[in-house]
Amino acid sequence: MSKRLFVKGNEAAAMGALEAGCRYYFGYPITPQSDIPEYLSRELPGLGGEFIQAESEVASINMLLGASACGKRAMTSSSSPGISLKQEGISYMAGSELPGVIINISRSGPGLGGIDASQSDYFQSVKGGGHGGYHIPVLAPNSVQEMYDLTMHAFDLADLYRTPVMVLGDSVVGQMKEALVPNPRPQRELPEKDWAVRGKGGGEQRVVKSLFLGDGELEAHNWKLHAKYQVMKEKEVMYETYLADDAELLVTGFGSVSRIAQTAIAMAREEGLKVGLFRPITLFPFPEKALAEAGIRAGRVLVVELNCGQMVEDVRLAVNGKAEVGFYGRPPGAGSLPSPEELLDVIRKSCARI
Amino acid sequence: MEQVFKRPVSLKDVQTHFCPGCHHGTIHRLVADAMDFHGVQQETIGVASVGCSVFLYGYFDIDVVEAPHGRASAVATGVKRARPDRFVFTYQGDGDLAAIGTAEIIHAANRGEDITVVFVNNTTYGMTGGQMAPTTLVGQKTSTSPYGRDRKKDGSPIKMAELLAQLGGVAYSARVAVDSPKNLIQAKKVMREAFGYQAQGKGFSFVEVLSACPTNWGMTPLKANARVGEEMIPYFQLGIFKQEGNE
Repeated sequence: MSKRLFVKGNEAAAMGALEAGCRYYFGYPITPQSDIPEYLSRELPGLGGEFIQAESEVASINMLLGASACGKRAMTSSSSPGISLKQEGISYMAGSELPGVIINISRSGPGLGGIDASQSDYFQSVKGGGHGGYHIPVLAPNSVQEMYDLTMHAFDLADLYRTPVMVLGDSVVGQMKEALVPNPRPQRELPEKDWAVRGKGGGEQRVVKSLFLGDGELEAHNWKLHAKYQVMKEKEVMYETYLADDAELLVTGFGSVSRIAQTAIAMAREEGLKVGLFRPITLFPFPEKALAEAGIRAGRVLVVELNCGQMVEDVRLAVNGKAEVGFYGRPPGAGSLPSPEELLDVIRKSCARI
Repeated sequence: MEQVFKRPVSLKDVQTHFCPGCHHGTIHRLVADAMDFHGVQQETIGVASVGCSVFLYGYFDIDVVEAPHGRASAVATGVKRARPDRFVFTYQGDGDLAAIGTAEIIHAANRGEDITVVFVNNTTYGMTGGQMAPTTLVGQKTSTSPYGRDRKKDGSPIKMAELLAQLGGVAYSARVAVDSPKNLIQAKKVMREAFGYQAQGKGFSFVEVLSACPTNWGMTPLKANARVGEEMIPYFQLGIFKQEGNE
């Protein structure tokens, strides 16, 4: 059995990447994720891997594109403003069907904003981010353990679906220290990378590209990508519930804020309020069916986010008018993280209206 | 009878999409010749850029990765780090390499990535219709410099081969032209030399090739070819600016 460690979330993600077999990292310093490149710059050389501190986030995502095109497990990490710069490369990777993992320890914005915990990049992460109408799987850990586990999972999803995958955290899950059990990587059957460039070596020419100019080619390519997203929606949805079965108010939130919500819900239960939690773990594919079921059963859903309201739109689409949807948002900024007591108060008021 | 001149095996037997009088086809041939010369075709991964050279994979019989605009040197960095046992080159135009991709080329060169970069300088954005490039000559009229490039407002044409020669990571940097038999013979030699630097693991090598773009220059193929010698070479002087181990 693996021993328990006491580590930061960012380090856990880096450890998960190494356990998943990632040996190529390309990045650029930005708070609050710099522990990831720092950790990997120490560890990768000894493992026969490559670490490059690139000249920019633009360059680092393209180095990832190159290493991934060779069929290697590779990653980058950054935080919101840097992720904006990577969107070009992410779009090209999605178009070229290249796997790769991008860890986004997001911070507050817009612009330079601040470094506080924030969920204001939900839209950017799940709706495509770059140009061209694509999606990438987005995983939202809410603990140090999940930073490790979901990073490993991200590499499997990337290879399985030939797509970039984002792990979306913030400074709460990235900077806090918790116990971690560094489990061995899951054994999942993955397709052979028979598309990767390798130098022909007498074989067929292989080309990794996203330009499709022939009649009907690009339309067919877009439908192919779309079909892949539909399979993800069927097979890859992940979520967690807490006291949701008999809830008359279903609180939903992802990542760091779900931890605060869970504490508030435990406090509310002590007061006899029938409240439960639904936590999406995959933000794309969004757990729309399961959330709709639980939300409609409860009749009322309270969406809690560290922004002015983003995931709430997907919740409304999921329940499609069949449950009342309320929203409590805390846009980012120093001191704006809600306390469990504050959330309890919001829960009490929501329940009082039932 | 012995055949003394034939298509390099690294080049596919297809027609190109290049305009009449464009030098891309000749430069493709030189690159293929260098691959043949060093016997690296089967172990080469090419990186295509955005612009007229994007269809690299249609002409070279090698594995190819297509890079976003300007990012070929970063993509090639990732490829070479992942496959240090493979031969890796990029093929980029002047807008791609000397404008939007400046950061990527400077830093790939400065890190001394063990790759070869072929840089085609035709003083204009060819694919998008002849706009002003970072290499457009002072006074040259383009679709976005209708009154001619103004040195005070638009800056001076960038001399990439000289600029990169200043960087510590660069092992080889040269500029050639393909407008005359004499220049062509020298260009072939330089291309082989540059590829040789990588084949021997000596570090970053760079070849700038002056190229004609008759369509966007509004010239006949012959006049465009003549312009290379008359207007480009006096400013973009030919030569080997760095050759490590041969200073």
